[in-house]
Amino acid sequence: MWEAIESNKRRSWALVAIMAILLLGLGAAIGGAVDPAAWWIGAACAAVVFAAMFATAWIGGDRILLRGVGGRRIHSKAEIPRLWNVVEEMTIAAGVPSMPEIWLIEDKRPNAFATGKSVETGAVAVTSGLLSRMNRDELQGVVAHEMGHIVNRDIRFMTLAGIMVGSIVLLSEVFLRYMWFSGGGHARRRTGKNVDGRLQAVLMIAGIVAALLAPVLARLLYFACSRRREYLADASAARFTRYPEGLASALEKISSRYGGSARKRHGRDESSRVLAPMYIINPMQAHGSTGIFSTHPPTQKRIEVLRNMAGAGGAHFAAYESAYQRVFGKDQRCLGEVTLTEGRRPLEIRDPAPKSEAESATDRLREVTDLLDRMGEFVAFHCLCGVGIKVPPGLHASKVACPRCGREQGVPTASVVTAEQPEAELKYQRKSEGWESFRCPHCDKTTHLSPALEAPRIRCSGCRRKIEILPATGERAATETPNP
Amino acid sequence: METIIVIAVIAVLVLWIIGIYNGLVKLRNHVKNAWAQIDVQLKRRHDLIPNLVETVKGYASHEKDTLQGVIEARSKAVAAPDVAQQVEAEGELSAALGRLMVVVEQYPDLKANQNFLSLQEELTSTENRIGFSRQNYNDNVMRFNTRIQSFPSNVVANSFGFHEEPFFELKDEAARQAPEVKF
Repeated sequence: MWEAIESNKRRSWALVAIMAILLLGLGAAIGGAVDPAAWWIGAACAAVVFAAMFATAWIGGDRILLRGVGGRRIHSKAEIPRLWNVVEEMTIAAGVPSMPEIWLIEDKRPNAFATGKSVETGAVAVTSGLLSRMNRDELQGVVAHEMGHIVNRDIRFMTLAGIMVGSIVLLSEVFLRYMWFSGGGHARRRTGKNVDGRLQAVLMIAGIVAALLAPVLARLLYFACSRRREYLADASAARFTRYPEGLASALEKISSRYGGSARKRHGRDESSRVLAPMYIINPMQAHGSTGIFSTHPPTQKRIEVLRNMAGAGGAHFAAYESAYQRVFGKDQRCLGEVTLTEGRRPLEIRDPAPKSEAESATDRLREVTDLLDRMGEFVAFHCLCGVGIKVPPGLHASKVACPRCGREQGVPTASVVTAEQPEAELKYQRKSEGWESFRCPHCDKTTHLSPALEAPRIRCSGCRRKIEILPATGERAATETPNP
Repeated sequence: METIIVIAVIAVLVLWIIGIYNGLVKLRNHVKNAWAQIDVQLKRRHDLIPNLVETVKGYASHEKDTLQGVIEARSKAVAAPDVAQQVEAEGELSAALGRLMVVVEQYPDLKANQNFLSLQEELTSTENRIGFSRQNYNDNVMRFNTRIQSFPSNVVANSFGFHEEPFFELKDEAARQAPEVKF
């Protein structure tokens, strides 16, 4: 753990140094483009812009941020005992001397982030949606992930790097706009000599190229760094909680319900864009997309790595690394060598926390509604994005749009057998081992298949036609919807 | 000239040893703090129990044996004279609490009681804290011991009397499991 911090620090300083060179270089290039003799003024301006932004962020950045997203500080345990307890537990697990501040953001979408200048002044912010949807283990996983960011000193460097990226973007924008409006002529008039003019033209082009490239480069660096830190925070969370499944299941819940349409629903897009790398799941990222411009690794992969840890021997760093290699391939590395030697002490995965009365009540309620809907002839199926869809018996459409991702989904229907086998007139391809329902194309009656069903053929409850049931065949079947 | 070099070398050596020594002291203090943290959490559990027993009594008064078992295990843990006995007594307390929670399962009214629900959250949290502080202690011990064993700090450690600290491992498998708290 401590070694992880050390290597993190070294890498972070390298990143900050590269960004600083980029920033000063950009400033110099811009200065030089305006007037060849003024390159150092440009560099100085860049430094001043950065210093001003940095000072603001250092003095009150975290407060501005937390208030900006509508956060409210939780001052006492009585307000939200469970959250308070979980944060305290993670403070102990992480070995942090003082408990970070807790902030609550009124937002129905579950998410969380950490902020603060140092380990001692860290703050964990969670949304109300997170509190209402996560069970104890999941909440613990999320808080542990944020605690991982705090302990690994991610926040400080991401803030610093974020400000650098911001300064670079700002400078480039201002310069490009200036070039656009003045056409560069205003600067040329001052220098009379021909040689200077040529030099100026070269510098001008260099300046424009730098202004165009620097923001892209800076962002790439920033995002690459951010993605790496997400994995390290996940590994830390697993280690702190000794229960990788908690975080995995939390990530699944957060991403499957709200990943896709966050952009559409969210009004405060601007602050989200800035905050994106800080959240546990990027609220801006379209579901499943990834690339060099992603701040977060693909959530699905993160979940997979966490779930593989149980097979990899425990909750320590070495288990995370080998789980990572199982998911991404043998030659892939995630955590540094030093981190691993420190984190090799075996750590057993613990048992899940007991379910509280309320949680099991929710589960029971869901079971009961499912049962009632089955009795009411609803056709229930899952969209590819994971959302459960129930089509009422009165709706005769053959396709419905998924309320979340908008995909057109065919309502499951038995298909007519065309081959000359008279044993059954209809057939249905099962997609899973669980409860499934489909419609008869002739009489529109809904048939339900229970997980316990073993018979190869059943009869339609409406028209008594024989329906052949084809067993689920793993992955292939999961993506196919039988259409009439 | 030569004396200056000798003095400089000695000075560097002394500074270097001081650095290592201070590093060892820091690590040992981390270990001590981590141990104190475990104590805090065990104390916290002891404090919770009377309240818990009172609440359960109100609904399940004829589960006298189980309640008595918890109370006895608690007083034994509180009065334990040394670490080894305390570890054992705490294990017994965990088992007794586990039995109580199985009994509680049969009283739906109790399980819906607001006071009991908050006690349940506190108890779950306390068990977690005990587990996490133990883990944190072991991490610190590991770090300290590694430093003591590796060169060159082992030379300094030996001459200044630093000893390896023991890991906090629970003896039997039953106690190793965080107590089964089912509601």
